[in-house]
Amino acid sequence: MAKPAPLDLRRRYDVVVVGGGPAGLGAAVGARDAGAEHVLVVDREPEAGGILQQCIHHGFGLHHFKEELTGPEYAQRFLAQVTERGVDVLTDAYVLDVDRDRRVALLSQDHALAPVDAGAVVLAMGARERTREAVRIPGSRPAGVMTAGFAQKLVNVAGYLPGKRVAILGSGDIGLIMARRLILEGVEVVGVFELMPHANGLSRNVVQCLHDFDVPLHLSTTVVRVHGRDRVDRITVAPVDEALRPVLSRAWDVACDTLLVSIGLIPDNELARHLGVRLDPVTTGPVVDSTMQTSRDGVFACGNTVHIHDLVDMVSQESYLAGSAAGGFVTGRHTPADNVRLTPGANVRYTVPTTISTDREHTVYLRVQKPMTDCVLRLGDVHAKPLRYVVPAEMVTLKVRPRFLEAFHGGTLTVSVETREPASTKGAAA
Amino acid sequence: MRYDVAIVGAGVIGCAIARELSRSLATVALIERDVEVGLGTSKANSGIIHGGHRAHDGTLKAATEWRGNQLWGELAKELPFGFERVGDLTVAFDEADLAVLHETLEQGRRRGVTGLELWDAERLRREEPNLSHEAIAALHAPSAGVVNPYEACFALAESAVRNGVDLKLEHAVEGIDRDGDGFVVRTSRGDVAARFVVNAAGLFGDAVARMAGASAPTIRARKGEEYLLDKRLAGYVGRVVFPTPSGESKGILLIPTYDGTLMVGPTAHWTADHGADTTDLDTTAAGAAEVFAGARRLAPGIAEADCIAEFAGLRAVADGEDFVIGATEVAGFLNVIGIQSPGLTAAPAIAQDVVALLAAQGLELEPDDAFVPGLEAPVRAAQLDFEELARVARGDPAFGRIACRCERVTEGEVRAAIARGARTMDGVKFRTRAGMGRCQGGFCAWRVMSLIAEATDTPIPAVTKKGGGSWIARVRTDAAERSDAPDAPDGTREVAHG
Repeated sequence: MAKPAPLDLRRRYDVVVVGGGPAGLGAAVGARDAGAEHVLVVDREPEAGGILQQCIHHGFGLHHFKEELTGPEYAQRFLAQVTERGVDVLTDAYVLDVDRDRRVALLSQDHALAPVDAGAVVLAMGARERTREAVRIPGSRPAGVMTAGFAQKLVNVAGYLPGKRVAILGSGDIGLIMARRLILEGVEVVGVFELMPHANGLSRNVVQCLHDFDVPLHLSTTVVRVHGRDRVDRITVAPVDEALRPVLSRAWDVACDTLLVSIGLIPDNELARHLGVRLDPVTTGPVVDSTMQTSRDGVFACGNTVHIHDLVDMVSQESYLAGSAAGGFVTGRHTPADNVRLTPGANVRYTVPTTISTDREHTVYLRVQKPMTDCVLRLGDVHAKPLRYVVPAEMVTLKVRPRFLEAFHGGTLTVSVETREPASTKGAAA
Repeated sequence: MRYDVAIVGAGVIGCAIARELSRSLATVALIERDVEVGLGTSKANSGIIHGGHRAHDGTLKAATEWRGNQLWGELAKELPFGFERVGDLTVAFDEADLAVLHETLEQGRRRGVTGLELWDAERLRREEPNLSHEAIAALHAPSAGVVNPYEACFALAESAVRNGVDLKLEHAVEGIDRDGDGFVVRTSRGDVAARFVVNAAGLFGDAVARMAGASAPTIRARKGEEYLLDKRLAGYVGRVVFPTPSGESKGILLIPTYDGTLMVGPTAHWTADHGADTTDLDTTAAGAAEVFAGARRLAPGIAEADCIAEFAGLRAVADGEDFVIGATEVAGFLNVIGIQSPGLTAAPAIAQDVVALLAAQGLELEPDDAFVPGLEAPVRAAQLDFEELARVARGDPAFGRIACRCERVTEGEVRAAIARGARTMDGVKFRTRAGMGRCQGGFCAWRVMSLIAEATDTPIPAVTKKGGGSWIARVRTDAAERSDAPDAPDGTREVAHG
């Protein structure tokens, strides 16, 4: 494949987007649509599209495009939109720094170190996987312990296999998808071991990737030891008690040459941290207002670098908003400042955004701490939305319409998810 | 050819001896069973250059520790590796501890250790506010430091090779035969003849001595587990912190490593069967509990939740606990074994002593006028300011490509590390830090694997984490079954099944 000509990089862009995954591409589209003339997307990989490029399974786009696409197809739709709008995309490049005046220091093969002035910056660096080290599994440190995402890259991009006999720790979506993928490649998947009493991925993935392929899912079970000198030769697993402590007297060994770790994602917040924007200790991503602006003027953030999403469709929605706000920032469009703080209440871990404004409609994303059925999502006492069930693995969205807040004059609303009591059911449903 | 000296084992001791010998015209073979140098005990330890005041009087440890400490300063001027004299503190919690500190202070002064000072609680709190307020005093040794031990090994070996030493990697020693006034060292890759043999085989020191018919104390493996904490805690303590010692172990320490990561450990327990298992590098739940309890006694704010990585290393412990350095009943065969803590500190002094011992046995040491003490430092993009980085990236675009995003390592650095001897993922990691960050290689591993494969003309399935059977990827089933599969060369299957 011929290498495209190096990009003719400008000295100044209205909006610089850090990251060319779904969030970055969505933000670039949003920024252009909001009137930003010159928009640059910077991506670390040789090709933009982010992790979608290695997600060759289908199931993307049901919300956004109303059809089922593979990851690369979904990425391609956005890449086409970006190209159509004349956005510059610089790949194989890395943002080293963004200073107080939003001067971006860019390192790339074609331009060495280039300073670029940005009217606004959108952080869209995505997330990284939690590793074996993050959960501290005792034992040896042989080759063959890897994250599910790395295995996915090995198989789907590089065309190699991670091993012959694979065990999976954690029931995150990537691990579930990889269980099916590896079976289709002729690899034996001996089981998925999940610490919690419930699966951590989407229900449809549990069904389509495990049940349909007879892969055993061991709930309330974890890996307590890795064995093998050069390469994994087996693992020890054990059930856990209510306090999630392993019951070693009931441990057993599982022979395998590979342990995939799929125990969740963490926002990639190195640059955000370096910039000194305020971070949320719960999500570990930047705190954002209802326009996805961080604590620094003109610096916006969206996608998994803010909080972990289940569906790329939601990322696209959120990042389009961030991009249009960044575009509005540079074109001088005035958006009334937020005047209501959202506080997580019962069974709510966090909300994004953390503040809203009474003058316009918002989508509030949140995650619960524990599963619940027949419950109600409450926004202070101004709004209640009945929910059939909630699980931590599935993000909850709440549309907040101005009319909910017409009679509201306080500064803070608590967002909570509570069991539906017979008396309140009627009112909530009304 | 017959070498003047064959050194068995390319850990920090073997590498230091080889480099010391390379100052002369003596011909030297440095023999190592692993695929790279320094991947055993020398890689997995606390990385401390001790102050020189702690080892018990009358031991070889005491005779080499302070000299070694001083020599590290010289080495660090010549060779590129991370080294800084951050100082250390031995903390007392009661009067009995304080009495020990007074003794240690006197012992250190007798040995000429400079700068030793006893701090009272107030001074200690001012200098290290995060340490336990239960501490009543501390002994400060400003000469102590931290070193990246693997970098030191790589640099010593590279310098030795530049100055004429033959490094024979993946040569597992299988026998040592007498041959006239010298020896033939039988290895998995052929014979190596030498006039003298220096046994620096670490955990296998007693076995190697037996091969030559020389006596040696039993070497046993005492395991140390270490835990690295999140960068969030960088700077939490400024110095290496020891509790007042009791018995042989120095206890659980707080170690601000050269790279800025806080490390806690090590434990000190025999491996299974009382130290006979030289392969047990497991970390354990009990070890973690012990380390964090010990660390919290020194600094109560340290939590297990901050752990980001862990490892274990094995100390080669000789009966009697002291170093065993010297001639044996087999003329020309020298033991340099049982080099446990403070062996890293003592290494340069041990190397000088061994060269002197060889000279005493008749090795001619004519100085090599062409000896080059220095070695150019590898580029570290993360440590360059933007101007310097721009200049480097303009010179070679590979330095404009980030390979490891967490530690900001460029592709140019990875390529340079391979050119300088890295053959494995760990070899690249310990030379460049690629894969050492928060994602632990999740993002960069494929790029690093590809670069190793490309630069060393190795198929991907033969790229390993640390040599031997530590393969990372295998060929797809369909590709493996096709005879024309481009990535399934001869031997791939053995590698993949190894």
